[in-house]
Amino acid sequence: MITANINGIPVHVRKGTSILEAARKININIPALCKHPDLDATAACGICVVKNNGGGKLLRSCCTPLEAGMNIVTHDDELQEIRKTVLELILSNHPEDCLQCARNNNCELQKMAADFGIRSNPLHRINKGIAPDISTKSINLVPDKCILCGRCINVCQNIQNVWALSFLERGIKTRISAAGDINLADSPCIKCGQCSAHCPTGAIAEYDETSRTWKALYDTEKYCVVQIAPAVRVAIGEAFGYPEGENLTGKLYAALRKLGFKAVFDTSFGADLTVMEEATEFAQRFVNKTGPLPLITSCCPSWVDFMEKYYSDMIEHFSTAKSPQSMVGVLSKTYYAQENKIDPAKMFMVSVMPCTAKKYEITRSEDMFASGYQDIDVSLTTRELARMIKQAGINFEGLPAEEPDHILGDYTGAGVIFGATGGVMEAALRTAHFFVTGENAGIMDFESVRGLKGVKETTVDIAGNKIKVAIAHGIGNVEYVLNKIQQARDEKKELPYHFVEVMACPGGCVGGGGQPYGVTDRLRVSRAKGLYLDDIKQDYHYAHENPYIKKVYDDFLGKPLSEKSHKLLHTVYTPRPLYRR
Amino acid sequence: MKLILLKDTDGKKEEAVFQEKILAEMKKENVQGKWQVVRVADMGIYNKGVAVKILPEGFTYTGLSLDDIPALVRTSIKEGRELGEKSYGLKDKQVKIVLRNCGRIDPENIESYLESGGYQGLKKVLLELKPEQAIEELKESGLRGRGGGGFPVWMKWQFARKPESAEKFIICNGDEGDPGAYMDRSVLEGDPHSVLEGMLTAGYLVGANKGYFYIRAEYPLAITRVQNAVEQARAYGLLGENILGSGFSFEVDIRLGAGAFVCGEETALIASVEGKRGYPSPRPPYPSVKGLWGKPTVINNVETLANIPVVFSRGGKWFSSIGSPTAKGTKVFALTGKIKNSGLVEVPMGITLREIIYDIGGGMLNSYDIKAVQTGGPSGGVISREYLDTPVDYENLQKLGSIMGSGGMIVIDESDCMVDLAKFYMNFCVDESCGKCAPCRIGTTQMLEYLDSVSKGKAREDDLPRLKKVAMAVKKASLCGLGQTSPNPVLSTLRYFEEEYLEHIREGKCRAGKCKDLLQYSILQDQCRKCGLCYRNCPVNAITGNNKQGYIIEREKCIKCGNCFDVCKFEAISRG
Repeated sequence: MITANINGIPVHVRKGTSILEAARKININIPALCKHPDLDATAACGICVVKNNGGGKLLRSCCTPLEAGMNIVTHDDELQEIRKTVLELILSNHPEDCLQCARNNNCELQKMAADFGIRSNPLHRINKGIAPDISTKSINLVPDKCILCGRCINVCQNIQNVWALSFLERGIKTRISAAGDINLADSPCIKCGQCSAHCPTGAIAEYDETSRTWKALYDTEKYCVVQIAPAVRVAIGEAFGYPEGENLTGKLYAALRKLGFKAVFDTSFGADLTVMEEATEFAQRFVNKTGPLPLITSCCPSWVDFMEKYYSDMIEHFSTAKSPQSMVGVLSKTYYAQENKIDPAKMFMVSVMPCTAKKYEITRSEDMFASGYQDIDVSLTTRELARMIKQAGINFEGLPAEEPDHILGDYTGAGVIFGATGGVMEAALRTAHFFVTGENAGIMDFESVRGLKGVKETTVDIAGNKIKVAIAHGIGNVEYVLNKIQQARDEKKELPYHFVEVMACPGGCVGGGGQPYGVTDRLRVSRAKGLYLDDIKQDYHYAHENPYIKKVYDDFLGKPLSEKSHKLLHTVYTPRPLYRR
Repeated sequence: MKLILLKDTDGKKEEAVFQEKILAEMKKENVQGKWQVVRVADMGIYNKGVAVKILPEGFTYTGLSLDDIPALVRTSIKEGRELGEKSYGLKDKQVKIVLRNCGRIDPENIESYLESGGYQGLKKVLLELKPEQAIEELKESGLRGRGGGGFPVWMKWQFARKPESAEKFIICNGDEGDPGAYMDRSVLEGDPHSVLEGMLTAGYLVGANKGYFYIRAEYPLAITRVQNAVEQARAYGLLGENILGSGFSFEVDIRLGAGAFVCGEETALIASVEGKRGYPSPRPPYPSVKGLWGKPTVINNVETLANIPVVFSRGGKWFSSIGSPTAKGTKVFALTGKIKNSGLVEVPMGITLREIIYDIGGGMLNSYDIKAVQTGGPSGGVISREYLDTPVDYENLQKLGSIMGSGGMIVIDESDCMVDLAKFYMNFCVDESCGKCAPCRIGTTQMLEYLDSVSKGKAREDDLPRLKKVAMAVKKASLCGLGQTSPNPVLSTLRYFEEEYLEHIREGKCRAGKCKDLLQYSILQDQCRKCGLCYRNCPVNAITGNNKQGYIIEREKCIKCGNCFDVCKFEAISRG
């Protein structure tokens, strides 16, 4: 612990604490644009400067550790003037089109300009004029709006280990781009959208599909149906002023019906179905040795894309089960259409996801057209849905809770925890336990897979079988797990794991790239807590107990891994080049 | 052995003819003893025709023609006397430590370096002194970094020495990027072993076994010579395992700078060596604690390292006897601008600007008066002529709003425009800003916009406080030294020459005639002889008329190139 003074107030902090953090502890907010709590300071914006001992060189509080005996001043006339000038400099190189921006009313730069009371800018306008990159149809790169804080690159390289983004050129011409100045779609980008989740401005945002959705909703020929992913329900409230992690499932169903969807499904049902298929797959590989272990989960499209690009030698380890989104998608245009006598050609399936990569997933291979049509027509992010609800003039707060539509809407606690890291594993283990022993485990028996630790390794006991599992979230944490597997495989040693769950985004889907902005670990924890509470609240906690899961197998699919299941609910993977020309 | 060094300082490459002539004359005169005629790459003399230097006497002659050779050979070589009329007698106030060997030894031959006392300092450190004693010696010398920062070298080494680490690194910063500066190049090309010896000494004292030369790729000869020096040192057991039986091992590698000015900044340089984009990072942690690949790293500039062998061979006390109270030893300056003798000069710290300009530089080039001196390259500033008697050292230059920097020194006379000068340097800073941090990236561009509008007569008076405000923000809020010093050309010209800015703004006048947009060309009809020379030389046909009625300049077409002004034989074109 060290002691120093900030604005005359003594502060005691752990050695290594930055001046910025230390000041926050005594309720002093030093403005900063480039620093993000998830990321190491890069010291790019120059806003957070402070004085030590009355002058000399200014220190950047984001990256300078507080040292014993320092006398820091965070605000005085000179500092205010310098900060304001730096902000004016940044604004002089930023388009003044807030009203047409994806981040309007939700932008860190805009907020700072408002806080600083910027009313005019005396400086010269320096326009960039760089064309946007919308090639991925998942995330849009708009370099004109970029303030070069470097967060996206930091997250892409250091948290996600993808290295799709980089800085190009130098000086005033510096810009963000896919490395090598190619289209993002041709780059190693996995569309996870963490860049957009961390961007302080509108320089990286989701590819907006709301207009296509509106068009379909107002098209009387179309029969619009929708599904919402687990993580959406505990995050959308942030857009309407609810407390962090508040579960708004019932209101969401109601709002979606008000928007004009004729049936509202829940991706958590698809999650239950994924558990059935995947747990069966696992049990078969574990007991009957029908395929290699460890089995690796495949519900995260960014992770699938990453694996196909970076670790294609692991393809045989991948669960062939489609993601919950895809399962609900294909069943809506087959099973649901058949049961309700709707022409699937007229159906328009929209998914609401915490994710930008789901936009990519819906056309990632021909398996995504298993119904004979494009199974999911549009995938929206949580952010897009929030905007649509507001645009539609729906008083979200006043809506009564509603129920989902049957046969693809009812879910168990196992399905809904898919949205948090460890959730897929936990849900699958619950069902695998039942498959092996014929009895249900306690719902807290596999609690050790929860939490925000980057790699969670644990061994669970199912009827005397020691099952070694690993859970990684944040692609940067995957390397450790995969290297261990590859090494054991190459050296023909004992398997380090039997079952591995990977989610591309830190915290899992609750921290997804399509969620409301401003995610931090605190928010990830609150959102996950909302899901675990939903689990407790449910009548059923085991996928195999979901009456509608039983029904879909009885009425339509037969049994897990049946021929029909294979045709509709499973997919194949293919190696993809890192760079496409 | 005696040496005759030969160089055509005009770059016309006539050395071969002169070498033949000298050899022929020597034969004719039957000169006895062991002589060698060497054509050298650099002698520290520029634009002075063919130059010859005779060593060890140090007789130096410039502006030689072939007809001078017989007398030269007879008097200076055969009889050992100085030949009066062609003598280049300016070197009095210079003290050569860094450049001690440049032009005197064969840079491609380690023997030549050894003969001049090379590797004696290293030997002393490795075999005679305890490391603590050696650091103490370095401390006593008072040597400070020559790359610009002026940080005490012993302290930097001490910081890197302290932490326990299996790996530590020494980096020689040879990414000399200031326009017009070439002292590092001259040392690397002329005396590579002295830099290597400095790195070895640093390596031993810090506990590093690996060094990197970071040399800009635009210096191919320096790279070749360093490579050659490394190979020779290895062959002589001065590099590699167990050097001189001391148990100390050291290896070096060469990395080439790819042309970014910012890579001369130490944290950006480290990123570049690591193969990353050359972006500076925040300090602390300082490289001496966490540098290359996260290990303790000492980065010293070429000139600093070239001082090291002398500090140890002649002792810290001797070294500290040269210089000013706060800065010891010498500094090499690249003296240029409106001065008679431009070139590299090495002077003791504390010498005045006046001494450098008049006693060494030979005074002003033209009839114009001196106006200012620009020091420190693009990050430096101008110092007005009232301060010519200031002793040159780190602190004094800083007080005057400039910096020592790596040692650029440009003499400015009344024919130079200060706005134009600031614009020139700001252009450089805009081009070379790495783009990482907002104040420098956008601030330099904004400053250039303001300077540009001043020089075009489009600025308003209230633009000046805005320019100053931006300059202060860039100075205070930029991350690295390059950004922090980039407003210096603006701030220092405003400090001493604000009235020139105001003249541009209020009167639309550039007194030096450098700001083209403010110039108006017209033909003085009284003087004009209607020869039509201007008419024929105008590249844009802005001059109309004929040799009967005379000519006029159409202002809207004129691009102010000045061709008409230059070609007119009758001073009939007015400019102003």
